[in-house]
Amino acid sequence: MPNSKLSFTQRHLHLDGTLLVALLLLSGVGLITLYSATNQSLGDMQRQFMRLGLAFAVMLVVAQVPPLTLRRWAPWVFLASLGMLVLVLFFGTTGKGAQRWLDVGLFRFQPAELMKLAIPLMIAWYLSDRHLPPRLPHVIVAAILIALPTGLIVLQPDLGTALLVGAAGFFVLFLAGLRWRVMLTVIGGVAALAPVFWFFVMHEYQKQRVLTLFNPERDPLGAGYHIIQSTIAIGSGGIYGKGWLNGTQSHLDFLPERHTDFIFAVFSEEFGLTGVALLLGLYLFIIGRGLYIAANAQDNFGRLVAGSVALTFFVYVFVNIGMVSGILPVVGLPLPLISYGGTSMVTLLAAFGILMSIHTHRKLWAS
Amino acid sequence: MDQAHNRQAEPLIRWRYLLVLAVFACLAAGLLWRAVDLQLVHREFLQNQGDARHLRTMTMPAHRGMLTDRTGEPLAISTPVDSVWAHPGNLLEAADRLGELGPVLGLDARVLAQRLQERTGREFLYLRRHVAPEVAQQVLALGLPGVAVQREYRRFYPTGEVAGHLLGFTDIDDVGLEGLELAYESWLRGQPGAKRVMRDRFGRVIGDVEQIREPRPGRDLALSIDRRLQYVAYRELKRAVTTNGARGGSLVLLDATTGEVLAMVNQPAFNPNNRRQMGSGVHRNRAVTDAYEPGSTIKPFTVIAALESGEYQPETELNTHPGTMRVAGHTVRDIRDFGRIDLNTLISKSSNVGAAKLALELPEDAVWGVLARLGFGRPVGTGFPGEAAGSLAAVPPRSRVDRATLAFGYGLSVTPLQLAQAYAAVAADGVVRPVSFLRLDEPERGERIMASGVARSLRQMLELAVQDGGTATRARVPAYRTGGKTGTVRKSVAGGYADDRYVAWFAGMAPMSDPRLVMVVMIDEPAGEAYYGGQVAAPVFAEVMSAALRLLNLPPDQVEAVPGLTAMAGRQSP
Repeated sequence: MPNSKLSFTQRHLHLDGTLLVALLLLSGVGLITLYSATNQSLGDMQRQFMRLGLAFAVMLVVAQVPPLTLRRWAPWVFLASLGMLVLVLFFGTTGKGAQRWLDVGLFRFQPAELMKLAIPLMIAWYLSDRHLPPRLPHVIVAAILIALPTGLIVLQPDLGTALLVGAAGFFVLFLAGLRWRVMLTVIGGVAALAPVFWFFVMHEYQKQRVLTLFNPERDPLGAGYHIIQSTIAIGSGGIYGKGWLNGTQSHLDFLPERHTDFIFAVFSEEFGLTGVALLLGLYLFIIGRGLYIAANAQDNFGRLVAGSVALTFFVYVFVNIGMVSGILPVVGLPLPLISYGGTSMVTLLAAFGILMSIHTHRKLWAS
Repeated sequence: MDQAHNRQAEPLIRWRYLLVLAVFACLAAGLLWRAVDLQLVHREFLQNQGDARHLRTMTMPAHRGMLTDRTGEPLAISTPVDSVWAHPGNLLEAADRLGELGPVLGLDARVLAQRLQERTGREFLYLRRHVAPEVAQQVLALGLPGVAVQREYRRFYPTGEVAGHLLGFTDIDDVGLEGLELAYESWLRGQPGAKRVMRDRFGRVIGDVEQIREPRPGRDLALSIDRRLQYVAYRELKRAVTTNGARGGSLVLLDATTGEVLAMVNQPAFNPNNRRQMGSGVHRNRAVTDAYEPGSTIKPFTVIAALESGEYQPETELNTHPGTMRVAGHTVRDIRDFGRIDLNTLISKSSNVGAAKLALELPEDAVWGVLARLGFGRPVGTGFPGEAAGSLAAVPPRSRVDRATLAFGYGLSVTPLQLAQAYAAVAADGVVRPVSFLRLDEPERGERIMASGVARSLRQMLELAVQDGGTATRARVPAYRTGGKTGTVRKSVAGGYADDRYVAWFAGMAPMSDPRLVMVVMIDEPAGEAYYGGQVAAPVFAEVMSAALRLLNLPPDQVEAVPGLTAMAGRQSP
């Protein structure tokens, strides 16, 4: 590929300008919404701003690492993450009813977050060297590699992250060329296993969430409360919204988790359908840019990893918005780059760092 | 790298991308459709739902008008207080913190939890009404969910017991229940305003949205009462009731020139600030609501009937010998044989026989007519709640017994206020005026019911009664000329009259040169040695009248030697 195709930022900083601008724009929207959602808390704003800074710095660092190196590290990162996930099960600290954190002394750390990065790298590392589309034994090995960490995360329990990790792995497998037979078998299997899950695996609160989705009014002050309040918030925004800082549902404390998982309701109430359309557009643009990078990747590894990162990002957005607007059951996932909170933002931008690395290191190792 | 694998895989991956893109486009469209569904299709419903959650119409309390005395001194004021209430369901979310309310509001956490549990389905429960605003602030500072404060007004009566019967009191919602508070409810009552406010999930008011109706505070009301006179009246009546061991008593002080009530007290009294001691009729303003037989205080009106007949002059003599008189099988008695007396002496000595004789010699309806004209048997018409009409036969009595007894005040009943109004007519040269509890800017036009000459003659007799030899010597006031009539009535009991239970009366006026103040004192069942009106009721008249004359700066009309002044002069020049 000709040298001239790489821009200045791409060549020297290994950053994709288009993606960077879109991500910065999204973060800006996030900060503005957060200012309103936290009732204009400057302290929260400051903390979120610093987290964003850290996350973008991590992205910058990761973008400098050539894909070759990433590929070389992939199995080790994966093994280390898997090991830590096992450790969490036994030594993890508990918070909000789940055992998710490893206390490393200086700070607390969620191995599941690292696994979000490790799983696409690992599956891509495993498949990219083999015949594509992969043969059945390889598919089975890959499926086991995906199922192991996903299962460990489900045990914590952290359904949202498990979903993302599973999805990230699955997308690599899918993009590598999963046969339709296999896919249909898997879908059929899942459908068949669903009742088993319902009656034997799922926690009571998880069943409640699913039931609530279909009829929030069955327990308006309990399980249905979140959904009722957030749909009211979204709906009362109308076409143009109530205006920034003027959302009543959120500012009067009716909306729970309004600066974290349910921040989309705050955004919708204050900016209306217009804002929602623009926000969805921005997300789709970022995903589209990710898929473009994947399509232009020079090898299978890059293509699979980039594709997986972009698609997982979509799942992230879709699950959150779907949950807040009441078409999916409540799963604890933040709205990427908008919700308040640090860990997931760092891993998310690290993933975009990988994307940028794949895009900006093309010439270097193609030659 | 294995370039062959890559090339082979590329098309496969490409159409998979397209498939994924298509699926994801559908999902994204799904999200957008959901947003349209909520924000366009169901917008109105959801907006109403949102409004229903945070918009509330709140009443803005309007305070009640102030009651003042005639000089503007406050008698009843509404002070702001706060009532603490809770949304039971919300408060129970912090059930473990209920104990924090205990010390501040004086509530037991367990009892409170139970009350909340019983009302979880409701939206409102008073935790404590009428606490000081500082206490309410402390409660709010606890930050318990669902706890809020509501501004209310509580009535405060600075004069306490002194004007309790007259003013009455309000209930906890500041609605008048008794006395003038009830009588002038619609005037005093404030019109609460309403506003739409925004509330958060915990019921705290965040801000005003719009004002629906401005609160209109109640109007102030200046009463005719003079707080100083009211206090003296209260003090002296209480002293008399206590020292005589009486069941109770009433006192009415009128301004005869205007009809205004300057003071009105009863014993036993109650404190309208303390709602706990209410009940069992203790709050009745007996001076207005209870009627008693007036006894000898009626005799002046019998004499009026005689003077009006033209056949009698104040000096016309009657023979009361031997001090008893048989009327249709009943015996009328004087306390002793007064012999031949004129009408002046009839009043000053209070001769029952004389009064009875007069009545029997006059036309059948003469005495009754005077009493009816003076308003006995009809309510005074002040609008005071529960005003009694007293009783007076609807038609003139025919029987000699009834005519005779009516002449000295039996067979009818009057309230102290009615008697005061009648005496005020005598004081005002024969003009009877409506009684007013409100300060009047100018006196209402009265109705003349007797010739002024008759009234003047009668006043001379009343003045004689307080002179040496009269029944009311203890009604004298230094430096002022007073006049009045005593009355001592056996209480009627089932089957006749009691031997040992009396009502002692005194009705009088001052200063006699130009009568302005009229007072009726009634002592119910004095239990001591003394029970005559002249012994029990007249001293109260003297004390209160003495203070009232001085407080109102009325010029003394008796400039003869005053014992007090001589003593002072003696001290100055040893």
